[in-house]
Amino acid sequence: MKKLILGTAALALSAGVAFAGSHSVVRMGTEGAYPPYNFIDDNGEVAGFERELGDELCARAELTCEWVTNDWDSIIPNLVSGNYDTIIAGMSITDERKEKIDFTENYTQPDPSAYLAMSADADLSGGVIAAQANTIQASFIAESGAALIEFATPEETIAAVRNGEADAVLADRAYLEPIANEDAELSIVGEAVLIGGGVGMGVRKSDTELRDKFTAAIASMKADGSLNALITKWEIGELF
Amino acid sequence: MFEFCTDPSTLDTLPWMACYLTTGKQFGFYSAFGTVLLLLAITAPVSLAFGFMGAMAARARNVIISVIGKGYIAIVRGVPDIAFFLFFVIAFDQLFEYIRHKIKCPDWSEPIRQGNDFVVCAEAKLPLGSAPQWVHETYGFSLAVLTFAIVFGAFAANVLFGAMRAVPKAQLETAAAYGMNERQTFWRILVPQMWVYALPGLGNLWMVLIKATPLLFLLGVEDIVYWARELGGTKTAKFTDYPHGDWRMWYFFALLVFYLAFTWVSEKALDRIMAHLTKGQATTAGEAQRRAAA
Repeated sequence: MKKLILGTAALALSAGVAFAGSHSVVRMGTEGAYPPYNFIDDNGEVAGFERELGDELCARAELTCEWVTNDWDSIIPNLVSGNYDTIIAGMSITDERKEKIDFTENYTQPDPSAYLAMSADADLSGGVIAAQANTIQASFIAESGAALIEFATPEETIAAVRNGEADAVLADRAYLEPIANEDAELSIVGEAVLIGGGVGMGVRKSDTELRDKFTAAIASMKADGSLNALITKWEIGELF
Repeated sequence: MFEFCTDPSTLDTLPWMACYLTTGKQFGFYSAFGTVLLLLAITAPVSLAFGFMGAMAARARNVIISVIGKGYIAIVRGVPDIAFFLFFVIAFDQLFEYIRHKIKCPDWSEPIRQGNDFVVCAEAKLPLGSAPQWVHETYGFSLAVLTFAIVFGAFAANVLFGAMRAVPKAQLETAAAYGMNERQTFWRILVPQMWVYALPGLGNLWMVLIKATPLLFLLGVEDIVYWARELGGTKTAKFTDYPHGDWRMWYFFALLVFYLAFTWVSEKALDRIMAHLTKGQATTAGEAQRRAAA
């Protein structure tokens, strides 16, 4: 009996050591194609709201972090198979995603989504609406009754509106606003739609330790106002 | 890069372009061409080796080896490439990690499959979680090379299998008459003569391989297609010093030119190899060569 207890203790200890060691470097997976959340800057580096947020979170949690980019479509499977350790890619927390992965506390409020269209009288309820595949906006349109066309990248959804393939595109307002400001042909139409439970970082379900570290870091950034400062700087949306 | 690039918005088209085309991001695009060429340079000989072994196995006397060889050719040729590309990379990665896990962490008590997650101990991770980014990239690239080699190796095996049978029987019988044993006949007569029959098929495969390299992007390697899509996308002034509209068409046009030029050069090279291989062969082309020289 004694041996058994000792053995279990030793195992627990070694498992604990292995676990702590497993995150000597935390690999942060992002899409790199969704400004202002995350994008590739002129130097070819990941930049944006989530880059600054992630670096600050890593500093607070005393982790060494490294940034990697991955296609949106395969971003969850590649997290699960261990290519990187977190998803920090403007991913809203939904029940459907929670079945596959865990989320940290949300670091944005539920983000108002908006429609972007060529003309103000675009048919938003019965027309053809573009959205990025596997997003909360795509499932929202699928349920709303409008015809949905999905694209792999945010860029293609905008292109579909420009060339008339879609009447409008539904996406996060923070993503669409800079585009509408710059392009005279495109404007934000209709009312904002509130979907999702805010954006959080995705982690593997088995990685509870990492999730708790980041949740604690996010909570500390919320408490001292530095998260609000970042949200304001990158014009993400509502403050906490 | 250049000194006048500090405020691109004030520049004329030409210097603006010079600045734009020398940003760090663009160099990512340029180096991706190197990635593609490197992939081809490694994959082609490796698949040829796979193909050679596959063909040898398929024509072996031993039934088991022959079935393995023929099975490899039939299965890989019959399944869509893309399914293999997605399957092999994940399967190999998990297989390697599973083996390492069994060796390095025999005391591990938790299950390896926890719901969706594939969990192995930290020491068994491939590459190690603490490894720098370039190790991860090299590992991903190697998995891609291995997958390409397996898929194209099967096609090469089929081509070589056919080419080995196309060598005239009389040549092999003559070898036997000279007292060569089977191994000697194979290496001295059959293999040197089969290339001329194999080359048209192998040449085709090479062309298909060149065109298949955009599949790299599916495997998570940042290849030229990824960069063309990323760089060509609309850029708003808020997030870059070089805003522009949807330029994807131009980037993809550059890719088109690259691939066309590359296949054109390949075709010239293949023609020369063919002429070289034909020398002294008992084929119509070989005979024509002999007459022209005489």
